[in-house]
Amino acid sequence: MGGFTLVHFVYLLQATLWTVVLTVLAFGLGSLAGFVVMLARTARTRWIRAVSMIYVDIIQGTPLLIVLFLIYFGLAVVGIELPALLAAAISLMIYCSAFLGEIWRGCVQSVPRTQSEAAECLGLTRWQTLVDVILPQAMRIATPPTVGFLVQVLKNTSLASVAGFVELTRASQVINNSLFQPFLVFGIAGALYFALCYPLSRLSRALERKLNVGRRQPA
Amino acid sequence: MSAAVSLRDVHKRFGEVEVLKGVSFDVAPGEVVAVIGRSGSGKSTALRCVNRLETIQSGEIEVHGRRVDDPQLDLRALRRDVGMVFQSYNLFPHLTVAENITLAPRRVRKTPQAEARHIAVEALARVGLSDKIDAYPEQLSGGQQQRVAIARSLAMEPKVMLFDEVTSALDPHLTGEVLKVMEALAKGGMTMLVVTHEMAFARRVADRVIFMHTGKVWETGAGEMLANPQTPELREFLANGL
Amino acid sequence: MRYKFDFGALVEHWPEFLSGALTTLQMTAFAVVFGLAIGILCAIGRRSASPALQWLCGFYVETIRNTPYLIQIFFIFFGLSSIGIKLPILVAAVLTLVINVGAYTAEIVRAGMDTIHPGQIEAAQALGLSQPQIYWDVILRPALERVYPALTSQFVLMMLASSITSQISAEELTAVANNIQSFTFRAFETYIVVAVLYLLLAVLLKLAFYGFGQIIFPRRRRLGTAL
Repeated sequence: MGGFTLVHFVYLLQATLWTVVLTVLAFGLGSLAGFVVMLARTARTRWIRAVSMIYVDIIQGTPLLIVLFLIYFGLAVVGIELPALLAAAISLMIYCSAFLGEIWRGCVQSVPRTQSEAAECLGLTRWQTLVDVILPQAMRIATPPTVGFLVQVLKNTSLASVAGFVELTRASQVINNSLFQPFLVFGIAGALYFALCYPLSRLSRALERKLNVGRRQPA
Repeated sequence: MSAAVSLRDVHKRFGEVEVLKGVSFDVAPGEVVAVIGRSGSGKSTALRCVNRLETIQSGEIEVHGRRVDDPQLDLRALRRDVGMVFQSYNLFPHLTVAENITLAPRRVRKTPQAEARHIAVEALARVGLSDKIDAYPEQLSGGQQQRVAIARSLAMEPKVMLFDEVTSALDPHLTGEVLKVMEALAKGGMTMLVVTHEMAFARRVADRVIFMHTGKVWETGAGEMLANPQTPELREFLANGL
Repeated sequence: MRYKFDFGALVEHWPEFLSGALTTLQMTAFAVVFGLAIGILCAIGRRSASPALQWLCGFYVETIRNTPYLIQIFFIFFGLSSIGIKLPILVAAVLTLVINVGAYTAEIVRAGMDTIHPGQIEAAQALGLSQPQIYWDVILRPALERVYPALTSQFVLMMLASSITSQISAEELTAVANNIQSFTFRAFETYIVVAVLYLLLAVLLKLAFYGFGQIIFPRRRRLGTAL
């Protein structure tokens, strides 16, 4: 049993970098998929709305850990072996797509209906209406909860450790297995997560406050 | 006879701003006193000091012999004696009309449920809303909500009632029903201190009218003073409305 | 890819699945009750006049909300055992859940309390209600009614997150699945079955919360409107 040294700390910092990489990857892919889910949830065709709603309900009703197990262990049994990073990124992408899709749907639908009616009267196509009229307005409302959700994604990358991917949580487990100082090691890991998440949480809240103030005035 | 409410040289500051600059007046038992004045004249603040929703910096306030400015005051005893009705009704939205009225009797006086219900029935009858006993506030019009708020206050059998611009948030066609209830209370001998913008009500119902201006009692007299103002400030106030 | 699905191999394991699901539900029930209690106390603490209490409650809420649940589990479970406190695994698992959900609950309840208009409190003061009575009748009750939907979705999310306690081998649904798949080599089928079971649990919980809400919030039941 040795003490916690600078070497351990550098190891944790490197692992933190992988946590960030995984977060960016998952959130980037998840945003693309989430945008598609949002489009499907607000589609004019009824069955597209129904199918996408079922998709969202299923993903939101299943633990992320089970999704990860299905992709990592399940697919391996079927013959598709994915690297841990990829399996984690895909699982988180699926998770993101359902939650972001739903958050963004709410924002898009909170833009008054008269806006799209006005745009259509001007002869804009449905896509033009969305891109030029609806999305710019919805994005203002969507930013605070989206940043807030980014914090969820960042925290949930810790589950990739279960697939053996060496990000921050896995690295702290490895160190603790040799040092047996759980309060210290997981405390430091927790502090590193906190250092990443807390500024984002603050930003999300500040943005929301700003938005509320801005929205209160015209009323 | 000692006064029901008396203020002696009351000073009240919010930070740097002095809103009451030595206010003194009395309300006799059974008397109805209307307080009028511009917004910012300190009239609502004076009212709120009487049941100590605001604390004062100096001076004396007494309600039925109880010193309100005493730090050792039994606040809950004071508030049992003093009822208050607010501009924005402040009914509890999650409770029915009956529950709004019986909350204080049940919690403060430990009145049993059945008896409390009886109190609610009687209080509602006095404001003419017996049929609304099991409604929720959001199902009522503003005027009805304000009448329930009056009933809620009456249920504690206060010795003095404070009315803080109770018709100001109402649509004009709804003010009449509330003023009628207040007039009936006045006729029934309730001691009332009424901050109001309703000049007709002040003139007809109040035994005395107090005109407040810049944190002071500027002019005081019977209802007729409104027809014959002595100071240029009251004259201007009456001419320009609010 | 020439994989043949075989759910048949799992049929004989249904008692284990069932007991895992029941354990998950029990853990959820405990965590909801104690987490709600902690959350309410903490929300009140954050609104209190004492700066120390405010800071303490704020520290707890922000720490929990900005670190992963898995790290919290490791910190508490391995940490406690490193100083000689060996809790039964299920107790430790529930403890971590309570601590975790308490922080989220605190934030939701506080948001609800912040929506109570100051005039409501003044009216209650004017009626002579005491501070605890005002807190209960005029602040907490309507606040809880207002945030009930947000609160119950948080509890459903927590039920799903309880799967993470499988990492310290708490014998709930996910841990059961891990055992079964290592035994049957039917990982894909096993996790699909478990996913379906979680979905059912989530639906069940939502229904239960809905029903409970109808009972404890008569205004909502009668008017069907949000407070």
